[in-house]
Amino acid sequence: MSRSLLVEVLLAPARAAALPPAGWDLLVRQARRANLIARLHDVLADAGVQAPPAAQAHLTAARRIADAQRQRMRWELDRVAEALAGATPQAVVLKGGAYLALDLPLARSRLYGDLDLLVPREALAEVESRLLIHGWVVESLSAYDEQYYRRWMHELPPMRHRRRGTVLDVHHTLLPLTSRTALATPALFEDLRPLAAWPGLSTFAPPDLLLHSATHLFHEGEFANGLRDLFDLDALVRHHGRDAGYWERTVERAGRLGLRRPLHYALRHSERALGTPVPPEVQRELARAAPPWPLPALLDACYARALQPQHPSCETPGAPAARLALYVRSHWLRMPLPLLVRHLARKAWRRLTGAELREQEAAQRQDG
Amino acid sequence: MKLSELDRASLQRRLQGGGLCLDLHPFTARVRSPLPALADAVALLYADFPLAPDDGFVDFHLEIRALPRWLPWRERRARFVFDGLPAFVGLPARQAPTMLEWGLNWCVAAHAHQFLVCHAAVLERDGQALVLPAPPGSGKSTLTAVLAHRGWRLLSDELALLDPATGLVHGMARSVNLKNASIELVAGHLPEAVISPPVPDTLKGTVALMRPPAEAVRRRAEPALPAWVVLPRWQAGARAAFERIDRAEAALLLAEQSFNYHVLGREGFEVLTAMVGRTRCLRFVYGALDELVPAFEALAAGDVA
Repeated sequence: MSRSLLVEVLLAPARAAALPPAGWDLLVRQARRANLIARLHDVLADAGVQAPPAAQAHLTAARRIADAQRQRMRWELDRVAEALAGATPQAVVLKGGAYLALDLPLARSRLYGDLDLLVPREALAEVESRLLIHGWVVESLSAYDEQYYRRWMHELPPMRHRRRGTVLDVHHTLLPLTSRTALATPALFEDLRPLAAWPGLSTFAPPDLLLHSATHLFHEGEFANGLRDLFDLDALVRHHGRDAGYWERTVERAGRLGLRRPLHYALRHSERALGTPVPPEVQRELARAAPPWPLPALLDACYARALQPQHPSCETPGAPAARLALYVRSHWLRMPLPLLVRHLARKAWRRLTGAELREQEAAQRQDG
Repeated sequence: MKLSELDRASLQRRLQGGGLCLDLHPFTARVRSPLPALADAVALLYADFPLAPDDGFVDFHLEIRALPRWLPWRERRARFVFDGLPAFVGLPARQAPTMLEWGLNWCVAAHAHQFLVCHAAVLERDGQALVLPAPPGSGKSTLTAVLAHRGWRLLSDELALLDPATGLVHGMARSVNLKNASIELVAGHLPEAVISPPVPDTLKGTVALMRPPAEAVRRRAEPALPAWVVLPRWQAGARAAFERIDRAEAALLLAEQSFNYHVLGREGFEVLTAMVGRTRCLRFVYGALDELVPAFEALAAGDVA
């Protein structure tokens, strides 16, 4: 599988210096679609590579958006901390929000979407009611979707703030309740790092940050941000990988939480795609969690295609099939077969009858 | 090479193939579409624009894609696609010309953060810019269409691009959006104006696009320094009159009508306050097109108190 221009340049920015105008054009487009354009800006700036003015305007614009989003995200963390004061001692900021709150180097170059939060299931009702009081509302859903979330999923339906429009996803575990991967949910709350700047909020310890990133990427079937998430994972390893005891603790936590297999996939594909520095003994140890042949070979082929920028220039003939296979796999991992069949049949029916499109149009009319 | 020098077959071939690259200073756009209605509109509205090189850097790659028609009696639909990613919902294919204009505006508003991008029309006279912020229905486009043919140079009907580094405002000299009753009104008032066939039943009612004057297109790379911020309001039966307004009110309205004020943050605030600080801020009420020219002549001559 050949590397995209974007990945080549992100790994070796000096290469960009020789690009013709059409090459810069492609580079910016791939970076935009992969949600890695602010990172591209920073990587080129750090390497002292000057983009042509037209391309530079887009890179600088992305830098500005990243700055604005970080500022907004910090403000959002303030608001969430205030809303949840006293609700539960265990409210964990996940993913992008955590990287930002911890001020990790990767946070600066990242673009943000929703804020994700994890709270113990027993605190869920209290958390939801406090968020409602503070202006977050559950977006209106069909009765089926509401039940889908409440009964089977690992999170509440997305909550949107009435005035600010920001979206908050409140999770009570990391994988759907119906998932095939047996996650030891209570163990998630064992090793938290309280955030001094946001009383009442905390993040995972470094090993669990990596485990969550791995689980998220290698369980979900949506790859719109797949490459971005792979770079997150790579950055986490590069940032923490040389800390004393990091790998021992990470492998141990993977075993304790029941996440050895997703961690194996994550580190394997991250090393293959981005050259992530993972000690060989860690890879060997985790390889024991790999599924039997021929699954690994199949997954290698699928991930190599799916973890490309989702841009027409990176679309290979096998890519749609690979994405479909991973989408079906993610649903297979998510829920038992009878439920899966029911769920997918319903989605297909709604798409066929145009119900989904009508709802999208109604939503757009409201926004406009 | 100007687009009008391209024969119809070559235009169609480019739109259906690798794309037609338009030089819309300060941006370039590559447009693709199989729809004949779109080719007609591009040929009409962008006739005076030069083509950009095919192998250069392109700011916005866009496409008006025809959607497959499942049932033969259903109307053909089309969708705006930004560099391979479908954006917005599908609309009837006959709306392709307005989809292109709105889609292109969206591209600029969502990505061009080197400027503070405001929803406003801009015209120029002697190097001085007239900025007309526009809550919908204010009669801004009608006013813009008339002035653009009567001594003022059109910079933009929809997007004022304010450069924080220089304080200058840029436009692209693209077409003017006329809506509903104003289409007939402008066509009757300006016999020389070239106006596209009206498209009925869009989200904004019936829309027709007026081709920018050739001179405006030729000088589209020349920015201007804002001298007046005028809030237009059309009101049936009203006599044309200016009224001074508070600078703070004008600044707040411009911020509200800006697409990326929140992205630029403090810089956005500073460029806006600097602009209203050195411009005259006025409200302008009008009810008849023939009063527009004398009113704005007086404004340009400094005769408005």
